[in-house]
Amino acid sequence: MSKLVISAIGPASSVQDGGRHGAQRYGLTPSGAVDQLALAAANCLVGNELFAAAIEIGPFGAAFTAREGAVRVALAGAPRNADISGRTVASDTSMTLADGETLTLGFARGGSFSYLAIEGGIAGELMFGSLAVNARAGLGSPYPRPLQAADELQTAGASGASERRIDLPAVPEGPIRVVMGPQDDEFGEAATKLFLDSEWKISATSDRMGYRLEGPVIKHLHGHNIVSDGTVNGSIQVPGNGAPIVLMPDRGTSGGYPKIATVMTADLGRFAQIPAGRGFRFRAVSMAEAQAEARKFAQLLRTLPGRVKAIENFDLNIEALQDANVAGAAVSAVDAATWQIPSADALAQD
Amino acid sequence: MAATLSPPRILPSGDSAITVEFSRNIDDAANQRVLALDRILARDPVSGVTETVPTYRSLLVHYDPVQIDFDALGAKLVALAQLPVPPTTKTRRWRIPVVYGGEHGIDLEDVAKTLKTTPDDIVARHVAGNYRVAMIGFTPGWSYLGGLEKFLHMPRRKNPRLLTPAGTISIGGVQTGVQCLAGPSGWHLLGRTAVRTYQLHRDPIFLLEPGDHVTFSAVDAKTFAEQDRAAEAGEIVAELMNA
Repeated sequence: MSKLVISAIGPASSVQDGGRHGAQRYGLTPSGAVDQLALAAANCLVGNELFAAAIEIGPFGAAFTAREGAVRVALAGAPRNADISGRTVASDTSMTLADGETLTLGFARGGSFSYLAIEGGIAGELMFGSLAVNARAGLGSPYPRPLQAADELQTAGASGASERRIDLPAVPEGPIRVVMGPQDDEFGEAATKLFLDSEWKISATSDRMGYRLEGPVIKHLHGHNIVSDGTVNGSIQVPGNGAPIVLMPDRGTSGGYPKIATVMTADLGRFAQIPAGRGFRFRAVSMAEAQAEARKFAQLLRTLPGRVKAIENFDLNIEALQDANVAGAAVSAVDAATWQIPSADALAQD
Repeated sequence: MAATLSPPRILPSGDSAITVEFSRNIDDAANQRVLALDRILARDPVSGVTETVPTYRSLLVHYDPVQIDFDALGAKLVALAQLPVPPTTKTRRWRIPVVYGGEHGIDLEDVAKTLKTTPDDIVARHVAGNYRVAMIGFTPGWSYLGGLEKFLHMPRRKNPRLLTPAGTISIGGVQTGVQCLAGPSGWHLLGRTAVRTYQLHRDPIFLLEPGDHVTFSAVDAKTFAEQDRAAEAGEIVAELMNA
């Protein structure tokens, strides 16, 4: 056994996985990673189950040190500066920390959450099939609370496998897509138009229970109290003050405010990554479109392991070349038929 | 043949859940239909349905859109919701001990004053009730009970409290409830029970199920303290009256 010691970590960082399903009827919320695609990407880089437990790292920096042996990890999610003892490492790759080495991560840039998966998984006690932290319910393992400096995660130790990278499709841009309802009839046409036509910002007071939105006041037709009914990840409820709250994986399982719309499944992770203070918009889509996107998203998750590639020297060259905007010529560099890296002169013609 | 039941409303809760709404109000008949549909789905699972969450007036049905789409599942749920209500196999009847008033139920005196009666009368009425678990929600084990007598119906507090004790027994609107974990509440606090409706490392972790029947019995503070120690050690403390 090796262990990964948390040398430093900011708030909003905890062990999360695919979530704890099946007990919402008892008031137990599912919890789990806010960006399931990034969680799955990190896990498959180190050969774990897609929704195994990993470290969800909030917007601030963090540092992790291997002890009692080497630890192999993978990083995905929000871009940030990362280095191992001064050696720069890339997101969407696996990496091995030798005994005593420290992985240092900077602030999230252009996102909020990163995921650090550990090869072999995190040792802990499953509760309802999950290690995910739900601090309010006293659930989560090995610590039923957000991570703190000096916490230690036990792990199987590095296998010595060669490092991998994963090619993820570009994150779609544009508005966050929602399906209207279930209580959109509690709002008039003007309020619905205001909701869909306005620019919104995520408040700094947001957390894993809900993202509070800053923007115009959304007024109800008949007041803000409804008889409580069930909630889902992405429910957009509008309380009495007219400031919408998008419910996240640590939400209450039921709520008594009208829900104007619901973020579609395929956009939940992208929504969760929007940094506080950055403007964004919503767009209403049909149920057929949302479900088609949900099926595509499920397919993407299923086929993620096929996107994992070995890191070879010529791959690294390609990345450098792509950065130089000469990717067209570089494609032939990995063509098995030629198996030659073109000279710099050849590339310069493109 | 029983008369055909009115169809529920099928409301989209995103692309992976349907709210089957039987009423917009707190309504005993609607809640019976919610629980009946929940039992039907437990007895004859529909492929693609992953989880159901009963509430007072609606059943939230989580599903996998890869396996079944909104229109197909919606039509199926409407049909199932209009089937004759299946008989319950066996309704469990729990008796839950409560220490009323004083430091354990800080609103008892005020509730009595507001309703122009005595604290003893409030306790007698609350203990006399036969309640049913209409839903469990908000936080783990928070059990909302239907069947509160009309005399005890009271609007919620104008200013909700940010922290109320674990095990609180309270009334709010037309409901009474058993709260498991300490947390915020806008209801009127009548007393406390040692019973944990949610406790890790105990079998069962969740004591009450939607549809269970519940009565309360009054105990003194000393009994509560003893029961609280027993409950902490993993005892159920609540009595199952028809085991």
